[in-house]
Amino acid sequence: MNWDAWLPVLVVASSLLPGLVIFFLREGSHRLRTALNLVGAILKLVLVGILIWGVFHEHVYESRWTLAPGLDLVLHADTLSVLFVTLSTVLWLVTTVYAIGYLENAPHRSRFFGFFSLCVSATVGLALAGNLFTFVIFYELLTLSTYPLIAHRGTPEAVRGARIYLAYTLGGGMLLLIGTVWLHVLAGPTAFVEGGILGRLPAEYHPQLKVIFLLLIIGLGVKAALVPLHGWLPQAMVAPAPVSALLHAVAVVKAGAFGIVRVVYDVYGVNFTDQLGLLTGLGIAAAITIVYGSIKALFQDNLKKRLAYSTVSQVSYIALGTAILGPIGTIGGIVHLVHQGIMKITLFFTAGNYAETLGIHKVSEMNGVGRRMPATTLAFSVAALGMIGVPPVAGFVSKWYLGLGALEAGMAAWVMPVLIISSVLNAAYFLPVLYRAWFREPGPAWPAEHIPAARFETSAALLWPPVVTATLALAAGLFAAAPYSPLEWATLIAHREYGL
Amino acid sequence: MTDAMIGLVALPLTGAVATLLLPRSATVVAIGAGLATTIAAALLLFGVANQGALHYEMGGWSTGLGITLRADGLSALLLMMTSLVALAASVYASAYFSAASERARFWPLWLLLWTSLNALFLSGDLFNLYVTLELLGLSAVALATLGGKRAAAEAALRYLLVGLLGSMLFLAGVSLIYAGYGTLDLATLPRVVEPGPIAWTALAMMTTGLLLKTALFPLHFWLPPAHASAPAPVSAVLSALVVKAAFYLVLRLWLDVFANVVTPVAANLLGLLGACAVLWGSWRALQAERLKLLAAWSTVAQLGYLFLFFPLLLALPPGPTRDLAAGGLVMLALTHGFAKAGLFLAIGVIQQRCGHDTIRDLDGTAQHLPATTFAIALAGVALIGLPPSGAFLGKWQLLAGAVETGQWLWLVVTATGSLLAAAYIFRVLGHAFGHQPYPNQPVTVAREEWPALLLTAMAALVLGLGGAPVWKLLEIGT
Repeated sequence: MNWDAWLPVLVVASSLLPGLVIFFLREGSHRLRTALNLVGAILKLVLVGILIWGVFHEHVYESRWTLAPGLDLVLHADTLSVLFVTLSTVLWLVTTVYAIGYLENAPHRSRFFGFFSLCVSATVGLALAGNLFTFVIFYELLTLSTYPLIAHRGTPEAVRGARIYLAYTLGGGMLLLIGTVWLHVLAGPTAFVEGGILGRLPAEYHPQLKVIFLLLIIGLGVKAALVPLHGWLPQAMVAPAPVSALLHAVAVVKAGAFGIVRVVYDVYGVNFTDQLGLLTGLGIAAAITIVYGSIKALFQDNLKKRLAYSTVSQVSYIALGTAILGPIGTIGGIVHLVHQGIMKITLFFTAGNYAETLGIHKVSEMNGVGRRMPATTLAFSVAALGMIGVPPVAGFVSKWYLGLGALEAGMAAWVMPVLIISSVLNAAYFLPVLYRAWFREPGPAWPAEHIPAARFETSAALLWPPVVTATLALAAGLFAAAPYSPLEWATLIAHREYGL
Repeated sequence: MTDAMIGLVALPLTGAVATLLLPRSATVVAIGAGLATTIAAALLLFGVANQGALHYEMGGWSTGLGITLRADGLSALLLMMTSLVALAASVYASAYFSAASERARFWPLWLLLWTSLNALFLSGDLFNLYVTLELLGLSAVALATLGGKRAAAEAALRYLLVGLLGSMLFLAGVSLIYAGYGTLDLATLPRVVEPGPIAWTALAMMTTGLLLKTALFPLHFWLPPAHASAPAPVSAVLSALVVKAAFYLVLRLWLDVFANVVTPVAANLLGLLGACAVLWGSWRALQAERLKLLAAWSTVAQLGYLFLFFPLLLALPPGPTRDLAAGGLVMLALTHGFAKAGLFLAIGVIQQRCGHDTIRDLDGTAQHLPATTFAIALAGVALIGLPPSGAFLGKWQLLAGAVETGQWLWLVVTATGSLLAAAYIFRVLGHAFGHQPYPNQPVTVAREEWPALLLTAMAALVLGLGGAPVWKLLEIGT
């Protein structure tokens, strides 16, 4: 094998191997564990850098390993996988730093960081999967490696939340598996190819293909938290904040949304999906989820729960973009994969900071917190405004392209109202929080002040990650037209998908 | 390579005699014999892969008069699994039995069981198969009584009676065949057997006897008490290998010897019983209060999956698609062998360290035995059929066969059974996350934890990621 065939494997291995070593580390060997984590994360970043450069210049990176006759494990880098790999890798590095600060002196850190690394390895493998079979394998591995992280705290609620997560995701995984097997029987190995491969099947298969599509989308929709399959996500917020960040921004929810994008564009092909009349159904499911999630978020006093419902809503923008036929809608959906990630991770980091520093878990306890923790609250504000879609934060770019794409595709009649209603609702559940944080008088005492204000408002490892990701969210919006920006890369993907 | 075939029978048999004569150094002798047998199995696998199917006429007597040993891809694979599982269980057993008197009783029977398993997989005619089956049953019952408790003795007695009944039925079928066709040679029979009352009756009797021994629903009643009350290494081998031996015979009879006699209706009946086994076994495993009982009921369910393949294999025309499905069947059987043996050994570790195996009281166990907990998790991955286990590839072929032949019922059963398996496995693993005080030391793997860990890793990782040669080997028939 040559270097081009090894690179995808190395990208996966750079978090897998440190993770395996970490399991065996003594609980107290804090430095070695941190070093392993960071070396792995930085190495992965370097490797992904090479990957980006190569894929841009149309290099082919592919590793293949036969598991059974006709069933190959394929890791393959194309523009879409590189987008997701880059997102996961960058956010993994930031989250690792955050988690090291967050879990200081907490028990079971070796177990935590071990599974944390496995989780990221599964995500990267899933992003690089070159066919649906490989995707399913990593999709299930992601489920397995996330379960211990949600149950990590070991309280009855945590174990219960993890069990609910498992029930949903394994059930969904089974449907995805059945759909994949069925497709395999009909069409042979389903490699991901830009423009899809199923369009050439004879018309008598079309009814079956519709059923398969439904199975695949339901299976993926569980992780992507499409209503009514979203029930696990609010339950899983009992997990530690870095895990929530992982669930909502880096790995799990994203894996579902990414899978939907893959199935529509690279298995069925967007034009063929439209021809089968499936695109509208997906769009409607996404629209319902967007509105429903926002309405539910409105009524949550628990900050993390409010953010969780906000994720339900925001992730479906990706599915919505997928359902809009035409390159501009595609760009809007795909770029939101990145934008939602960096904004939502900021929100969860800051929510974790409030909880760890001052014991604030509820929106109603946040009065005046902006004075005590200005940097954290500033990061929170940037991300929240981005979620609403205020320029120049990244979220604005996504919504702009989604709206424009809907106009172009002649779907504005129902997409525009959804976008507008959702933005109004986003504002309705985020702006009161900002108002409380900045303009209300603080109460006599914080619920439970764990970390006193010293040089920084909280410990440095907790403070820097949200500041960095908020800056990224701002930069992704401000420099959207710069080369290698998420938007430019999404445009490249759309061009290759539509053969422009 | 025929030496390897002889070695597979002679080495454990010699070991059995030697442990009887030298009770003081029985453990060393037994492990040595086990190692040698495993090497012979590896050589045989290697030989079959390179030279094709092998056969050997003992003493130079031609087929029909003397004893013929045969090995094709299927038997070589099963022999390899048997050796690895039995070797790992032997290593574990050397730590499990502390009293010298226990060891002195254990090793000769253990090696006799191993001998009869190997002889069964190598036998080339129906009478020898009957003899090995009987030997296997008797040594298995004797081992099952070593638990020493009253419950173990009762369960073993029932096990004995069921086993004898099964063998009698099998023998009756064999004599009918001999009366009807004048031969018992497995290679000759497929050419002479033709559909008719004799063949049908004989097949029905032999199959019923074997189903009793392999514990297919509704003939499974004896298995959970017997497997749950035996000593851990014995349970491992009973669940992983002994029931598989009877299953192997069903497979040979239905797919090779009586291939032109078997009807789709009969295959559907087997499938239906398999489906009931999957659902009922998984459901009972979910209700189980003790780990060992959970594992035993899970065996009932896992055997059910193997029978789901019969209606598929009968409906598929001979060709690559059918070979894929048959490979999936073998892959599932192999994975289950490794996973279930590892699971029982892991449970044995828990039982000895914590003094019980009640699932409700497992909190804190994971903190003390992380490696064993991990082994249970790996076994769980294989039992559920999640990637990257070999069972995932097996179930994939099962689902693909069901889609291919339009037999959707089996697909639904497989999906439901897998989800039930996930439920009973994670009911156990949910106890791994309590915040009991834990020692501030790295994950350690004690000597008795290794066998379980290696076996389950074999099931959950090695077979799944490196299992492609299984399909190649199965192309090598007699």
